[in-house]
Amino acid sequence: MAKAIKQGKVEVVKSHLSSPWASFVAILVAVLWTIPTFGLFVTSLRPQTGINSSGWWTVLTKPEFTLENYSRVLFEGRGATPPLSQYFVNTFAIVIPSTIIPITIAIFAAYAIAWFDFRGRNFIFFGIFALQVIPLQMSLIPLLQLFSGGLHIGSVTIIPSFGITGTFIPIWLAHTMFGLPLAIFLLHNFIAQLPRELMEAARVDGADYFKLFRQIVLPLSIPAIASFAIFQFLWVWNDLLVALTFGGGKREIAPLMVRLAEMTGTRGGDWELLTAGAFVSILVPVAVFFALQRYFVRGLLAGSVKG
Amino acid sequence: MLELAARQSQLEQAASKLTGLVITVIVFAIFVSLAFYLAERTSERVQRYVKYFLFLAPALIFLFIGLIAPAIRTLYLSFRDARGDNFVGLENYIWAFTQPEILQILRNTGIWMVIAPIASTSLGLTIAVLTDRMKRPGLVKSLIFMPMAISFVGAGIIWKFVYQFQPNDRVAEIGLLSQIAEWLGFVPTNWILTAPLNTFLLIVVFVWIQTGFAMVILSAAIKAIPEEILEASMLDGASGWKRFGKVTVPMIRGTIIVVLSTITIGALKVFDIIRTMTGGNFKTSVIANEMYNQSFRALNYGTGSALAIILFLGVIPLVAYNVMHLRRERSER
Repeated sequence: MAKAIKQGKVEVVKSHLSSPWASFVAILVAVLWTIPTFGLFVTSLRPQTGINSSGWWTVLTKPEFTLENYSRVLFEGRGATPPLSQYFVNTFAIVIPSTIIPITIAIFAAYAIAWFDFRGRNFIFFGIFALQVIPLQMSLIPLLQLFSGGLHIGSVTIIPSFGITGTFIPIWLAHTMFGLPLAIFLLHNFIAQLPRELMEAARVDGADYFKLFRQIVLPLSIPAIASFAIFQFLWVWNDLLVALTFGGGKREIAPLMVRLAEMTGTRGGDWELLTAGAFVSILVPVAVFFALQRYFVRGLLAGSVKG
Repeated sequence: MLELAARQSQLEQAASKLTGLVITVIVFAIFVSLAFYLAERTSERVQRYVKYFLFLAPALIFLFIGLIAPAIRTLYLSFRDARGDNFVGLENYIWAFTQPEILQILRNTGIWMVIAPIASTSLGLTIAVLTDRMKRPGLVKSLIFMPMAISFVGAGIIWKFVYQFQPNDRVAEIGLLSQIAEWLGFVPTNWILTAPLNTFLLIVVFVWIQTGFAMVILSAAIKAIPEEILEASMLDGASGWKRFGKVTVPMIRGTIIVVLSTITIGALKVFDIIRTMTGGNFKTSVIANEMYNQSFRALNYGTGSALAIILFLGVIPLVAYNVMHLRRERSER
């Protein structure tokens, strides 16, 4: 009863606060925010001659559309340059391991930090959080040297080079390393809040730390895993710097973003190809984003963004 | 015929990459499960130690190899010459703070660090307050938030098209900005080439992306303000503006500062936008872009490392603040 009254009160406050003017302005801003993307989309569907001779907004009066730009940019290579569909495959080949590996390692570590009793737990946790202070740029040169040449002290080889340069492996490893601090932080926040009684009851029943992980921690952490997975997926899909640095400029392993950045530089005037290519690259992350927005927002609120 | 063969080989390449991908994932899964299986079957006494190896060690090793050790080595390299062979003292830092081009870059980075966070946060806050007063804010929020899912490269292309300028007078403008300028009676110029305007135009792209982030975080903070406080201020007859300035903003001050510092860190490291839209030309370069050029184009690891260290020094106070904020939040809990 009291609750109902309280809720009624809240409703009153809310309705006092809601105003048609606020709605109007907010909708206006949302429209403004969408126009640039909309323009890109419309342009990608127009024939080449139209794009270069009139603004995309003119389609409102004389519509003319084609899918040719997409088929050209996706399937027609030029000389030694493969078509965009190949880069699309490369992006997938980079994104999936670069998401699965850090999540696996991070959930293990998050569990250990949250539930193992050992000295230095807090130190490790804050240490990992503080690692966000290290910008990616500080790791690029040494990591690249490590991947291409291994690690030597004098003439003694500590870590051999493994000959992984030019494969996807350095990119996977780099994304894993750079993604870990945020992953551990987010997952730890979640796992640390699992009910202590539940964990202790399982311990009393004779479950060891491995069983505890398999039967309780892992199944209950699915929402947290999902929210970090989206983060990492978007981050890796949209990344340019890591792929550029660790891909070594090889076309065979370069992802979409590297190719698109290259196209804007060398073929800046070919708007029919650029807009279609850009839209292809945007489509997957935006679809993922809209489908799983709830988890994404939850992740954002749980931790800051990574860098 | 030739085209058909080309398509065939494209398909084969794609298939072999995807097979490789599937095999990698399977091998990784088997490896992890096997390690887990073996560790679980050791005796309880052994498990006491094994559990650290399995659960904690991989992460610590990766963090050490990927972040801690490289950071130390970058510091070391910043005091050495281009190939890292000889000690050169502070030469690379002196270079960074005396070369006119680099000074320009530092100045640009400063502009980014001041304008981008303030613009994104104030816009994000405004929209958060507006949508808080809407009945169904879902779609509006999604649309403003959507650029977060778009890459900086994609955003760079979207906005490069907005800024497109047609040098030939007889051909219609195709860039939206140029057209709007024309409609308003101005003469459009080649926006992207015009310094210092171009730096601000690039900042617009970043703000377009980050505003959604600020909005989501601040909107959640506004929702968390207890209703009693809002009710009390309404009973006191505070107007909308007054309530905003005297109640809402002070109540979410901590969150505003975290959002500001997070976006400042992003602005400090901005790279993709610059590289896609101007390539760092026309006086628009920033530290992260120049760091890449020095390291991987000029192949000068000394100057590249020094720039990375300068970036690091810029980030420290911001992350330190965020860590302190986190600690305080934890102790309050």
